[in-house]
Amino acid sequence: MRRAFAPNWPARIGLFVLAAYAVWATSQLGITGERLATGLGEGGRFLARMWPPDFSRWELLLEGLVESMQIAVISTVLGIILSLPLGLMAARNLSPAWLSAPTRGFIAVCRSLHYVIVAILFVKAIGFGALAGVAALTVASLGFVAKLFAEAIEEISMKQVEAVRASGAGPAAVLLYGVLPQVASRFIGFSLYQLDSNLRNSTLVGIVGAGGIGGTLFAAFKRFDYDFVAAILLAIIALIFVAEIVAGRIRAALQ
Amino acid sequence: MTQPILEIRGLVKEYQPGKPVLHGIDLAIGAQGITAIIGPSGTGKSTLLRCVNRLVEPTKGSIMMGGQDLARLRGGALRAARRRIGMVFQEYNLVERLSVMENVLTGRLGYVPLWRAWLRRYPRADLDRAFALLDAVGLPEHATRRADALSGGQRQRVGIARALMQSPALLLADEPTSSLDPRTAVEVMELMARLTGEAGVPVIVNIHNVELAKRFAVRIIGMTGGRIVFDGPPDAIGNDHLSEIYGGEDWI
Repeated sequence: MRRAFAPNWPARIGLFVLAAYAVWATSQLGITGERLATGLGEGGRFLARMWPPDFSRWELLLEGLVESMQIAVISTVLGIILSLPLGLMAARNLSPAWLSAPTRGFIAVCRSLHYVIVAILFVKAIGFGALAGVAALTVASLGFVAKLFAEAIEEISMKQVEAVRASGAGPAAVLLYGVLPQVASRFIGFSLYQLDSNLRNSTLVGIVGAGGIGGTLFAAFKRFDYDFVAAILLAIIALIFVAEIVAGRIRAALQ
Repeated sequence: MTQPILEIRGLVKEYQPGKPVLHGIDLAIGAQGITAIIGPSGTGKSTLLRCVNRLVEPTKGSIMMGGQDLARLRGGALRAARRRIGMVFQEYNLVERLSVMENVLTGRLGYVPLWRAWLRRYPRADLDRAFALLDAVGLPEHATRRADALSGGQRQRVGIARALMQSPALLLADEPTSSLDPRTAVEVMELMARLTGEAGVPVIVNIHNVELAKRFAVRIIGMTGGRIVFDGPPDAIGNDHLSEIYGGEDWI
């Protein structure tokens, strides 16, 4: 009989090995049915203590939220401002190799460490508070946005750039008329996305002492104020929802 | 011939060392009319044109224009030379996300300061001229439309307006009609011939269509294999020349 589809043995063996490893690893970590049952019981008690959420300390909550938002906005703006030249320098179609290669390396280093680790480093280096959070999230934004900017620039049509260059335009005018129009809408999209994720991330850096609502959240956890924890979590969720709606509106307006 | 505006001597271009695409081109272009370069694809017509405004770097030879060797210019001097050389492209090469007006004003980027270009604060004279050119190419109502909303023929009209906006001393046209349907191709050629004739700007045009070349050019250059094999008025070109330029004769 003729085979219409060739059997893919490497994929079958690979899937089998993966399944076997998952089962073995579960037993290694001591995850048993009994452990799961106690865990769920504890979870129930924990949830019960979170209800009702306690908004009586709303001033503390608001202060933390506002600081988180400020950290997010400042670090996004700084990250984008730094990403514009870095993205251009990293784009292999417009920058010479001696410039693009080290710039790409620098951007890769910014991306390689998790932003919480970067935040810890900055707290140790420049002290507790919002400045460390801004610095950490700026580095994180840079690693992400500069890379996306560079990729967007590498995808532009060089024919349009060539035509602007042929008119006798200088390098800056070529960027303004030949490059920027081709990438502007994507740049704005990336920047909005980064603002969105910085809002989320800025709620966490406080846990390691880098300012924002995260510090308040961590303190509430440590004092077992689970009803206040619930209030903080609800407030964060509301903030992210609002940010999502605003970003969506801006995107729609730009279409 | 009157005093030539462009004089090319011994122009060689090698994209890979030892494999020249242009084998020492000698060519003088007069101060008037359309010069058509015909020849098969890949014969170096486009490379020749792009060497003149240095979108391609020549390997050897000189390109004299206005007492300067274009092949040697760098930086600001090169940009100052480029702004006097308009170029029309096969695929129009408009910046698609800019408006028609912005595309036409791109022709002034070599002249206006950067802040004016950035803030779109062009001198009144430039704006008036841009509107006049849009009227002349038959797109009076399209100034604020985005370039990617135009048809091919309309885009090439904007391309011509952009090139003329540079107040060029010379216009290069690289297969300006090859992406257009036959009727639009004739209309675009007629427009280009009329406007450059009125402005007294000489044109060098690469073109595949021999009939169009004969109809609009005052002089035809036949190229094959990176060399010039015919140079003369349109009525002097015969089937034996076409056979030499394109090879074979069954198609003639």
